[in-house]
Amino acid sequence: MTPNNRRKLLFLIPLAVFLLLVGFFLRGLNLNPREVPSPLVGKPAPAFALPVLADVDQKFTPEEMKGQVWMLNVWASWCVSCRQEHPLLMDLAHSNKIAIYGLNYKDRLQDARMHLQRHGDPFVLTAVDADGRVGIDYGVYGTPETYVIDREGVIRYKQIGPLTPDKLEQTILPLIRELQG
Amino acid sequence: MTRRICLSLIVGLSIVAATATAQEARPLAEDPAIEQRMIKLSEDLRCLVCQNESLAGSQSGLAEDLRREIREQMKAGQNDREIVDYLVDRYGDFVLYRPPLKPTTWLLWFGPFIMLLGAVTGLVFYLRRRNRRVPEAGLSDAERHRIEALLNQDQDRS
Repeated sequence: MTPNNRRKLLFLIPLAVFLLLVGFFLRGLNLNPREVPSPLVGKPAPAFALPVLADVDQKFTPEEMKGQVWMLNVWASWCVSCRQEHPLLMDLAHSNKIAIYGLNYKDRLQDARMHLQRHGDPFVLTAVDADGRVGIDYGVYGTPETYVIDREGVIRYKQIGPLTPDKLEQTILPLIRELQG
Repeated sequence: MTRRICLSLIVGLSIVAATATAQEARPLAEDPAIEQRMIKLSEDLRCLVCQNESLAGSQSGLAEDLRREIREQMKAGQNDREIVDYLVDRYGDFVLYRPPLKPTTWLLWFGPFIMLLGAVTGLVFYLRRRNRRVPEAGLSDAERHRIEALLNQDQDRS
């Protein structure tokens, strides 16, 4: 290579650095900062024993779900985007593809019951986490959040924010089929 | 007389009632040492709801819950390391404003130094090459004659 050609190549270095930066920005700016990868995926679902919304004298623990693939949906009556995903949960519940359990997060009993009366109840049952402690154990920071838990009680997927038909069809339902199969 | 007794009784009771509610209202800040430790620790932690705020400064419900959690764990004798691990286990490294050093964060930690090293190396190469080229940049005889002619012209005019 002649020295002249080599000098021309030197001029390409800033361009290469620039393209690299553009690549980083394209990736970084398209990521949703609210979607933080959960360290809980692949780990056993934290244990709890919480009262059931329909009858607070009863308790629900995830232990009971061993041997089943199930979904835990964290919701609250004050959570606006929970309303947005609610019809989707209703459809999913009617399809009988998976058992959906609710975790009512930092809510008032009356409000929570009213919410399910008004919009329909997609949950087999809802556990009441009034002070949000179980929410902390599950790393909840933005309702709604949805967990897919396998037969061994291991969290296999976590959705932060409302479910969307795309996410459900392309990611969650295939995963559920695989786990159930 | 009875009126005065009644009055002082009412005043006395209301003072007792006032102090009683005052104490009830702040059960969490009873230990200033723990409070200070909690604030110092949570200044380095990110609030996940409002991500530009620290856990110490955020008013969000989750931040309040987490501060309560930190306080309680401190009271239970947990050290700072254990509490941070507890939070990282649940929310991931994202809660830390000071990311840990591990293979996935090498680029983050060392990237700026690598870029600095690259820039300095480039500068050294460039300066060396320029030094070598400076002697070549002398004037040719024709140019020197022209300069002298121009300078002389200037002197003639003044």
